Amino acid sequence: MTHRFPDDPREPARPVWQPPGTGSGADGVADGIHQVVESPTEQVAEVLADPLATTVVDPVAIDPALADPELVAEVVAPQRDIVTAEGDALLQVRDLTVEFGGLAALSDVSFDIRRGEILGLIGPNGAGKTTCFNAITGVYTPTRGTVSFDGEPLRKLKRHKITRKGIARTFQNVRLWGEMTALENVCVGTDARHKTSVWGATFRTPRHYREERDAVDRGMALLEFVGIAARATEKAANLPYGDQRRLEIARALATEPKLLCLDEPAAGFNPSEKSALMGLIKKIRDDGYTVLLIEHDMRLVMGVTDRIVVLEFGRKIAEGTPREVRDNPAVIAAYLGVPDDEIV
Amino acid sequence: MTNSDPTVPVAAAAPRRGVGDAIRSWWDRQSRPAQWGVGVVAFAALALLPVLDPPLISTTATDFGATMAQFAMVALIAIGLNVVVGQAGLLDLGYVGFYAVGAYVVALLTSPASPVWNSVDHGIFSGPWAWLACIPLAIVITGITGVILGTPTLRVRGDYLAIVTLGFGEIVRLLADNLKEVTNGPAGLQGVLFPELGTSADKPDGVFSVQNNDRINSGIWWYWLALLLVVIVLLFVGNLERSRVGRSWIAIREDEDAAEIMGVPTFKYKLWAFVIGAGIGGLSGAVYAGQVQYVDPKAFTVINSMLFLCAVVIGGQGNKLGVIVGAFIIVYIPARVQGIEVGGQSLGDFKYLFFGLALVALMIFRPQGLFPARARLITFGRQVYAAAQRVGDAARRDPGPPGEGGDPVVGAQKEVTS
Repeated sequence: MTHRFPDDPREPARPVWQPPGTGSGADGVADGIHQVVESPTEQVAEVLADPLATTVVDPVAIDPALADPELVAEVVAPQRDIVTAEGDALLQVRDLTVEFGGLAALSDVSFDIRRGEILGLIGPNGAGKTTCFNAITGVYTPTRGTVSFDGEPLRKLKRHKITRKGIARTFQNVRLWGEMTALENVCVGTDARHKTSVWGATFRTPRHYREERDAVDRGMALLEFVGIAARATEKAANLPYGDQRRLEIARALATEPKLLCLDEPAAGFNPSEKSALMGLIKKIRDDGYTVLLIEHDMRLVMGVTDRIVVLEFGRKIAEGTPREVRDNPAVIAAYLGVPDDEIV
Repeated sequence: MTNSDPTVPVAAAAPRRGVGDAIRSWWDRQSRPAQWGVGVVAFAALALLPVLDPPLISTTATDFGATMAQFAMVALIAIGLNVVVGQAGLLDLGYVGFYAVGAYVVALLTSPASPVWNSVDHGIFSGPWAWLACIPLAIVITGITGVILGTPTLRVRGDYLAIVTLGFGEIVRLLADNLKEVTNGPAGLQGVLFPELGTSADKPDGVFSVQNNDRINSGIWWYWLALLLVVIVLLFVGNLERSRVGRSWIAIREDEDAAEIMGVPTFKYKLWAFVIGAGIGGLSGAVYAGQVQYVDPKAFTVINSMLFLCAVVIGGQGNKLGVIVGAFIIVYIPARVQGIEVGGQSLGDFKYLFFGLALVALMIFRPQGLFPARARLITFGRQVYAAAQRVGDAARRDPGPPGEGGDPVVGAQKEVTS
């Protein structure tokens, strides 16, 4: 797929990014729509599939520029080849064990994340969810076991290389760069795909200009996608909490991941914000991303995930669709502890 | 959930105060040509200051031109140190070591007292262009020193890094003091060469020679040279700042782990910050060696490192123009009060006391420095932010009914807060 910007960096006064609906930006995007994989859902189908979504303040309904998930996918990741083969394993976790001294935070956990699905990772506090997350994204080195991504083992890879391979994450406690503006935060994410370094930046090479345009365009498109474009110029530290969470998601998406890992993205949200977030996560999946979701809120997990893996004391106790997991006596005993008709 | 009312402009919500902020907001309101106009006039005034020699501003106890030359050199250092401390957030307490390496490179290559080079044919390191030939060499060698120091030490963070670099600064000074066969030890190296430009009958060694005692004396010439270098280095550092490199540095400063997980090769960029900072420090040291024409270890004590850091902290970490103001304060004020005697003591002798007090006061009242950094880290930032600001303002002016207009988050929050 060709890049949609001319390579000449000194092209005069062409606006780098334009607000939605002002013309040339959208035209440029439209070029590649037919090359994207076909969207799996219409909005009606989405609502039918999930009654909860009716309470969602749907970003699509609000901003026509976001109406087409394909279009957004194209803007946020022009170079990304969206793999259509849904269902085969994108990430394979095999016998993953993480020990801190004598404490096994995670023992022999195996599961797959399939392309194009939203996998929920749940469990009581201290079950090892975040440890599992950290082992996948390279923060911890596993004691035993392997994590392979796209068929390649991730062991020994540096953390920023793992990101470049296509795994992006958000943090349980928001970890934005507070002194940078929202747009700059996202631009650092886009930089994961860029190659300009000190020489290119010093001498202002054509590639530098090309990548800066790319950073700004994709950055603004992503901020629009998560719904905080109007706050692009504000320092991340000054954003409201909900917007910070959204900015983290935008920043992670900016690295053009194949797998997006969300660590309790709804922590601290009220119910209305939670349902808005659910809509966003579904939209992300519809754009061709695979999502791994850690979440405490059962309503959100049951409503949004395709499959669920349940951990307890560092072991996997169940795996399956939300319905299967909900009916699993081991899960109910270990974690839910309430009759299932009160869960959803 | 705070600040969720979309009708309140956020710029007004964040209180602005202090002289630095006032100057900045005034500056931000000016158009681009106006900024250039003001900038050129201010720069010319700054450059001509020692020539005009205004009575109240001029220093009495020391030559004003030489003081300003020293200011420009410290400004160079402050810009370099700002890359390391202010942008990449790596606390470097041994920065004077790089300054020393730069100065010693020039001195060792051109001083007749240099034990090593005195015995060999000097080639391009003699004659009128020797000093200039040494400059790139000084920058490169200091940069390599930065790699040597940075590769093992940048694996430690925060306080540990500060201690290691503090040790490095001392090591360089002690080496210069004790390696008599190479550096001539405490006796130092005299007769360092300098650019011989503008030679005439009454100035046989050119305008940069100390024998030049005209109205525009050698100090002023060195000031102008250093000021030119400041401008070049500012352009260089500015280009880096508004690029992937600058963004990576700030991200590392703000949260190094998050930066790495988001795909920033942190070690590489920390090393680059170290090397670029070192190179600029070496450049300043080379200018110093040429101006003073004499280099000895006493000029490179740890207390100088602290003074340089003081310039960065007072000016505002991360703001490359602010730290120049910091450098001016550090150099000019002690020189200005040098001649003023109180109780038989020159006020200039109290400079460390004053700076200590000034730092304490700063930490209490304005911990971000006189001119706090503002984030401008995107090459097309000016245009993008103008456009984004318009959208943001429009959204705040006309938020629309919930679920109909504005962005979904604002809409969602409004439901809850109302």
